Amino acid sequence: MKTLISIVLFFSMLSPLQAAIEFHQFKDAATEAEYKQLIEELRCLVCQNQNLAGSDADLAKDLRQQTYDMLQQGKSREEIVEYMVSRYGDFVLYRPPVKSSTLLLWAGPFALLLFVLIAVMYRIKKTRKIEEPELKDMAHAHDLLSGKDSAAGDTK
Amino acid sequence: MRFIIPLGIFGILVVLLAVGLTMDPKKVPSPLIGKVAPAFTLPVLHQQNTSFSPENFKGRVWILNVWASWCVSCRAEHKVITQLANMKLVDIVGLDYKDDPADGKRWLQQFGNPYTLSAVDIEGRAGIDWGVYGVPETFVIGKDGLIKHKHIGPVTEQALYEEILPLLKSLI
Repeated sequence: MKTLISIVLFFSMLSPLQAAIEFHQFKDAATEAEYKQLIEELRCLVCQNQNLAGSDADLAKDLRQQTYDMLQQGKSREEIVEYMVSRYGDFVLYRPPVKSSTLLLWAGPFALLLFVLIAVMYRIKKTRKIEEPELKDMAHAHDLLSGKDSAAGDTK
Repeated sequence: MRFIIPLGIFGILVVLLAVGLTMDPKKVPSPLIGKVAPAFTLPVLHQQNTSFSPENFKGRVWILNVWASWCVSCRAEHKVITQLANMKLVDIVGLDYKDDPADGKRWLQQFGNPYTLSAVDIEGRAGIDWGVYGVPETFVIGKDGLIKHKHIGPVTEQALYEEILPLLKSLI
C-alpha cells in the first residue's frame, strides 16, 4: 500500500512537467520531422544557450507555436528561417550563414588546424635532421663493424 | 628568445578575452534598425474600443516602450521613462506585453502613467514582429516611420542622456 501511494505521488509530481510540453498534430511525417529539426536549430533568445526545443521560456513556447503554425500553413523551411532572422537577426540561428562577419567563425578552426599542422611538420623536419648521422660517422661505424679499425674498442 | 611565441599567443588571447568581456551577449543587435516599424493594430489599454497602430504616428518622432506588470526591471526603468515623458519631447507609447489588461492598469495606477497611450499585446504577436525577447525594450521611431534605435533592458539615466536624448534631438 505504501509503495502504491509513493508511486502515485511520484507520478502526480511529474504532471506539471508534462504540462509544459505541447502536443501538435501534423499533417504528415515530413512536416513533423521539419518541425523537430527547426526547433532544434533555432535559438531561444531568452536563455541563450538553449534552442527552442529545449527551452521552457515563454518566448520559446511562442516561437515553437509560430513555427508550427507556419508549417501548417504550408510555409517552407526557408520562409520560417527568414521570418525568424528578419526579427531576431542571425543570432537566432544555431547554424549561422557564411558571410564577411562570420567568416572567422567558419574558417577560424580550419585556419588554426592548418597553422598547427605546418608548425608540427616544421618541428618534425627539424628533429629528424638532428637524428640523421653524419656521413663520416656512418663510415666510421661501417669500419668498426667490419673490424678494420683496431684502435677503437676491443678487437681480440 | 624561446618565450616569444608563447608570449605572443598569450598576448593575443588576452586581447580577445578582453574584447569579449566588454561585450554583452544579452544584447543581440536588432536587424530591425533602419527598417519600417512593423505594423500592428491593438486595443488601447484604457479605451478598449479604440485601437492603436504605428501608422497613426506617421510623420512624428515617437517611442515605443515595451513593458508588463510582471516585469521586475520595468519598475527600475519606470522613473527614467517618467523623466523622459515629463520633458514632453515626444509621445511615448507603451506596449503592454503578454499581460492581463487589469494587471497592467493596476500597475500604471500604482507607479504612475508616463505613456501617451498603451497598446495591449496579450498574445505577444506584435512583440514577436518587433523582435522583442527581453522586456523592457525601447524603440525610437523617426518621422519616416523607420526604427532608429533599440534599447534592450531597462533604460538607465545614462542611456537616456547619452544615447536616447541626443538621438531624439537630431530627429525632431
